[in-house]
Amino acid sequence: MTALVIRGGHLIDPAAGVDGPKDILLKDGRVAEIASPGKLKLQNGVNTDETATLDATGLTVAPGLIDMHVHLREPGQGYKETIATGTAAAAAGGFTAVAAMPNTIPVNDSPEITRWMQAPERGAAVRVFPIAAATRGSKGEALNDFAALKSAGAVAVTDDGHPILKDGVMRETLAAAARVGLSVIQHAEDTRMTQGACMNLGAVSFKLGLRGMPPEAESGLVERDIRLVTELRDARAHLHVAHTSTAAAIAAVRQARRNGLRVTCEVAPHHFLLSDEHVGMYNTQAKMNPPLRSAADRDAMIEAILDGVVDAIATDHAPHATHEKEVEFENAPNGITGLETALGLCLRWLHREWKLPLGRILSLLSAQPAALLNLKGRGTLAVGSFADVVVFDPKAEWTYHAVDTLSKARNTPFDGWTMQGKIRWTISEGRIAYKSS
Amino acid sequence: MTPVWDCMNASATPVRRQLHPPPVAPSPFPYNPGSLLSVQDLTLEAVSHILARATDLENMDPLVRDRILLKRRVALLFYESSTRTRTSFELAAKSLGADTTLVSSLSSSIEKGETLKDTGLTLRALGAEAIILRHNSSGAAWLLEEATRLPVLNAGDGMHEHPTQALLDLRTILTHLRPGIKTVTAETLAGVTVSIVGDILHSRVARSNMLLLPRLGARVVLCGPKELLPELAANAGPDIAVERSLEAALRQSQVVMMLRIQAERLAGMQLDLEQYKANYQLTGQRLAAQASSAVVLHPGPIIRGLELTAGVADGAQSAILEQVRNGVAIRMAVVERALATDGKGGGA
Ligand SMILES: [Zn+2]
Repeated sequence: MTALVIRGGHLIDPAAGVDGPKDILLKDGRVAEIASPGKLKLQNGVNTDETATLDATGLTVAPGLIDMHVHLREPGQGYKETIATGTAAAAAGGFTAVAAMPNTIPVNDSPEITRWMQAPERGAAVRVFPIAAATRGSKGEALNDFAALKSAGAVAVTDDGHPILKDGVMRETLAAAARVGLSVIQHAEDTRMTQGACMNLGAVSFKLGLRGMPPEAESGLVERDIRLVTELRDARAHLHVAHTSTAAAIAAVRQARRNGLRVTCEVAPHHFLLSDEHVGMYNTQAKMNPPLRSAADRDAMIEAILDGVVDAIATDHAPHATHEKEVEFENAPNGITGLETALGLCLRWLHREWKLPLGRILSLLSAQPAALLNLKGRGTLAVGSFADVVVFDPKAEWTYHAVDTLSKARNTPFDGWTMQGKIRWTISEGRIAYKSS
Repeated sequence: MTPVWDCMNASATPVRRQLHPPPVAPSPFPYNPGSLLSVQDLTLEAVSHILARATDLENMDPLVRDRILLKRRVALLFYESSTRTRTSFELAAKSLGADTTLVSSLSSSIEKGETLKDTGLTLRALGAEAIILRHNSSGAAWLLEEATRLPVLNAGDGMHEHPTQALLDLRTILTHLRPGIKTVTAETLAGVTVSIVGDILHSRVARSNMLLLPRLGARVVLCGPKELLPELAANAGPDIAVERSLEAALRQSQVVMMLRIQAERLAGMQLDLEQYKANYQLTGQRLAAQASSAVVLHPGPIIRGLELTAGVADGAQSAILEQVRNGVAIRMAVVERALATDGKGGGA
């Protein structure tokens, strides 16, 4: 039996309504006891000699972070990232669970691949929850067997990167997923409007001579999907909008919620921090899909997070090899890494600059994604929950250096940025998955 | 005290507040003071210097000029075929005595899929001291400069910029409207309106001109149908206006710059050419009626009978061949500047 005590820390567990000094006992991968400082009973055969203690004096203790949108590149593209390296970066960023997108090679559209991704041989540092493809090969035509995927461990379905354009197929996907209790995650991009485009359409793309993606390509598809959810109201279909980036899409989600629909959304740190001006002179580290939008869209993301329309912050961690990004802007692959910078950016900007309470940030990064993906026993440290814990110094400032990453990839626009909140320990099911040196 | 965001009600338009998001980092370009990537990298002082050197070099004894860059190595890296620009740069570099070598898209390394970065590093290792780059992707010159740190002269990157074209256009405009002028200032072209007509969306010539000419006091009027000229082009910089009527644009103009329709970049766009000609072709009749003393420019290649009539191209108001001549003079000045060892060379 293994046990771990975290003493002297300040526990923030928004889902359990806890915000105060607490000691915690972790045992057999679960939270065994929570007590006021110095008051742990350590019952049930915990041998104090064999119990490791972490001194969390001055530190914040919280449920491990959960990233519901990452690309781990395995199977198929291990040169960009592996499940082992991606989850090592996740642990370094305070994440104890990541939801892995299915745009692997081959596409994860089968129970076999779903199981393969979770197998111990992958060497994951933290929990990996596969999100399976909604359609065969993510081609947007034939639906996969959602029941079989769910029993293999899939926590949602999506054709991320290949949005489901056909109304009939999307309606069937929403209905079939609802029948087995899975959410449908849509990468909202009407690709008929974005052919050959490589950044946001606007004054900046005009100036740079690059073809642009109109914001309507995102919001139009979100509106179409919401219409389908409305038609399927009785089926209790759940639509989750991935990496929302435009004011119009947020407005559509806001309205859908007001109408009582099960429509949720996530926003990535780069979309609430950066605008298309940050593309600078063709910086491929600022190229992703959806692209960095106008400053007004970026501001709308901040507003939406502050006023509670946004359900989760997800990184869309998308590692690429260095040489793949060192090409002409229009030829560079989309995506940036994000696991190691998410908390540091959220605390530096959402908390310090825009005064969002720490509990709300932790909720967006843990309790809420756990609820969206229906991850039982995660996103909280209530007694009996999984011992997924992050311990960090909320005040510490530090500089992120991409060369020091645990990911295989260094494609980040946040290299050299000041972060706030330094991870001390990340504990995955009672095991120390990351410890700062 | 209530935090501001608690005042958010259910209204669809969010309440505006001061957010102070992360600032945009200043551009590190150009890394090399000899580079000419964008007209925006040039101060007016540098523009004056280039114009003055162009005149000096043009008037210089060829046998003296020949020694300025004697045996210096200049690579021409051309991913797009371009007789005019390539020949112009090549003549310019050779007139100064430099050795030039041409690498085109038909060269084996490029055909085999070598990246621009690797090709640039190879040229540098082979001894190239400056690279003149023509590329079909916007921003390619920036990628090459960052990779090699050599002086890079942007001879046209995708739909983005073509700075030497804007400089030679400026020289042509000054010859006609401000003859004898020695240096340019922010007022040199005050009161002058330059219309740029046609396929603005896909034109690097338009972008370089619309960013350069207003800095000398000119007004730029962009004219074309909305498929080829988005409304937001007016936001590209100061003193840029969008005008849909060619007649209205001509009436205001002392200079009219006609552009070719770049069929190769239309990317599936449907354009009714008969309709286009009816609205935007520069004919002798339109020119006589609306802008009878304006200077007519065209960066070439011209398509007679499409964006302008043969009569206009060859007419008294046309300065199209002067532009070609000015091109060699301007390019001598920027190639010299690229390899100037004193670091001055009109840079900064
Ligand atoms: Zn996506």
